[in-house]
Amino acid sequence: MAINWFKYSAPTTFYGLAGKLIPWFAISAAILFAIGLYIGFVVAPMDAQQGEFYRIIFIHVPASMMSMFLYMIMAGYAALGLIFNTRLSAMMASAIAPTGALFALISLWTGALWGKPMWGAWWMWDARMTSELILLFLYLGFIALHASIDDPRRADRAAALLAIIGSVNVPIIYFSVKWWNTLHQGATIKFSGTSMHVAMQQAMFTMLLACWLYAIAVVLTRVRSIILERERNTTWITELPEMKR
Amino acid sequence: MNCGYYNPCMHAGDSLKHLHQLSRIAALNFVLVRYVTYTCMVMMAGFWYLALSLPEAIVYNLQNVKILGFLFMLEVSNLACSRGDHRLFCGLNFSLSSGQIMQVQGANGSGKTSLLRTLCGFMMPDEGDIVWRGGSIRELDEDYYAEMLYLGHLNAIKDELSALENLRISAGLSGVDLDEKEAVAALRRMGLRGRELLPTKVLSQGQRRRVALARLLVSDAKLWILDEPLTALDVGAVALIQELIGEHLAQQGMVIFTTHQPLQVAGTEMRSLTLS
Amino acid sequence: MLDLLLLVIQRDLVLAMRRRADVLTTLVFFVMVVSLFPLGVGPELSMLRKMAPGVLWVAALLASMLSLGRLFSADYLDGTLEQMMLAPQSLSMLVLGKMTAHWMVSGLPLVLMAPILGLQFDMPGQELGILIIGLLLGTPILSMIGAIGAALTLGLRGGGVLLSLLVLPLCIPVLIFGTGAVEAMSSGLSVVSHLSLLGALLVLALVFTPWVTAQALRISME
Repeated sequence: MAINWFKYSAPTTFYGLAGKLIPWFAISAAILFAIGLYIGFVVAPMDAQQGEFYRIIFIHVPASMMSMFLYMIMAGYAALGLIFNTRLSAMMASAIAPTGALFALISLWTGALWGKPMWGAWWMWDARMTSELILLFLYLGFIALHASIDDPRRADRAAALLAIIGSVNVPIIYFSVKWWNTLHQGATIKFSGTSMHVAMQQAMFTMLLACWLYAIAVVLTRVRSIILERERNTTWITELPEMKR
Repeated sequence: MNCGYYNPCMHAGDSLKHLHQLSRIAALNFVLVRYVTYTCMVMMAGFWYLALSLPEAIVYNLQNVKILGFLFMLEVSNLACSRGDHRLFCGLNFSLSSGQIMQVQGANGSGKTSLLRTLCGFMMPDEGDIVWRGGSIRELDEDYYAEMLYLGHLNAIKDELSALENLRISAGLSGVDLDEKEAVAALRRMGLRGRELLPTKVLSQGQRRRVALARLLVSDAKLWILDEPLTALDVGAVALIQELIGEHLAQQGMVIFTTHQPLQVAGTEMRSLTLS
Repeated sequence: MLDLLLLVIQRDLVLAMRRRADVLTTLVFFVMVVSLFPLGVGPELSMLRKMAPGVLWVAALLASMLSLGRLFSADYLDGTLEQMMLAPQSLSMLVLGKMTAHWMVSGLPLVLMAPILGLQFDMPGQELGILIIGLLLGTPILSMIGAIGAALTLGLRGGGVLLSLLVLPLCIPVLIFGTGAVEAMSSGLSVVSHLSLLGALLVLALVFTPWVTAQALRISME
């Protein structure tokens, strides 16, 4: 049986598929956010040392994890686009960037909100916060470079190269805790012998899953509008029902 | 006493010595095996490299032989090119063999410069292939560049450098080691006598174009790609360029060019390609 | 290969010598930024001594950003870059030559100027020595990483600001290890680890950045 693996890598077919998938991702993201926030803010017990303040980690940790994951995914798509010259990969990369930047910003903001009561300062120059800030800069650099080049193909390729170079920085962010000796807490989620309460774990993972679904829904929406913009001169776009209205 | 054979102590001692010996041999063997393996690996890599590159080298050199000069040197098939959203041309086919000249014609904005830049490998074609001596120019890369010369709208000369320095450096970049005598002779033929050592910023537009065109004299490239070579040139210089092109074609060279001025080259049929 | 490298370095150095003002601007900018800090934070020597490595490194970083815009743009505008890309030799080698020349023109003068500025900040001799070694290892990396940014932003409007936005985050490790070495020296720790990391970054940059820059140039010239 022959399967066309590349059926959905053409913008034409992907546009329709994305349109069908978006509502499912969006609705399940909303439900999971509600569940995750309920468990995190109501069910989970108070922390012995940090009191109620710790609850912000249910937003902070998923956001910072997402900002890193999304950068890796963006760089992966960028590399695909650069090597195989596929149009959709480059569009995906540029669609992911704003969402990644948003998560990096949320992570920094919530980190500061947590830092004020815990450390007595809004901002500590520790390795993880600094690398998260650098990650935000990398996202902004990607978006700025893409925006300032008029020719879409050159914009895609130049930004892709930048994303790949920047991805060298993401492992540094991840291992920065070991590299520099800092104030920040060590990683609390472990694969075996976790030190967290069960409800906390549940809240954390529900929130992480919700963030993933939200990111996918938003990225697909954005990719659809990028496809419309780039392919506006082709016949299949003009034949779309939403274009005829 | 038959202590010789059955003395367990002695036996043990012997076997220990033996073991030492064995281990030394084993270590030696191990080193040997390692080196043999390494050597084999290197040899195999070398063999594969040769096996892969030899046929290519043979084919390439065969094509260099003049007898096969009647074969097409440059072949363009089904070429399509676009700038942003705008499709400039598609389905373009042509080929060029030694001693032929082709003029690319078309209105402003019809993609003449884009075609020439695609032939240089600056722009990637949307579709189609450009083949030089049987190999795609993407793969030939440096081998192709060694045999072609491109002269664009821009003169590629530095204002701060003298005409002589400019010419010698651009020749050096294209892999030709040009001595001062040859460079001066080329510049003089281009009508720049007495201006060889002046910084090019004091020269006129036409004289700067002449400095750029002097590269045609010192290059041994087979394929010339000239984008509007006649801009800013006076009548004498145009005649000189026609003469140069004629000489180049007589030496089995090839020329692709664009121009909005009439250009006659004696003794050769001028082919033309019109972009619409 | 080597001939080409030397040719490009020689050409860029000659060009720089004929446009001496550009070189001096970078150096004067460096000196000025460094001299502004004592005016901004006050003249207490103990504080200045502590700040000196950071101030000198940040100023060097900014000064090298200033000159990066010119690395490829002049050649791009007059068509020389096109000819360089058509050279039958490896573009990476050519780019390496341009990077080297750029460092000799805009990085090396900063390194040579740094000891004098360090004395203004009352830095002790040994720390000054480590700072210079750090700068010697680090400024070539700045030139090389900067070249990638310069190639990516070739011919764009507002390229200079964009260039800083792209390149500065990538230069942060260099800054950290460079200042870290001096701080380790002043607190009596071994400086070897910081300097080796800096050296490792230099080797990595030497291997990868010319190739990456060549790719970026090809993308930008399309």
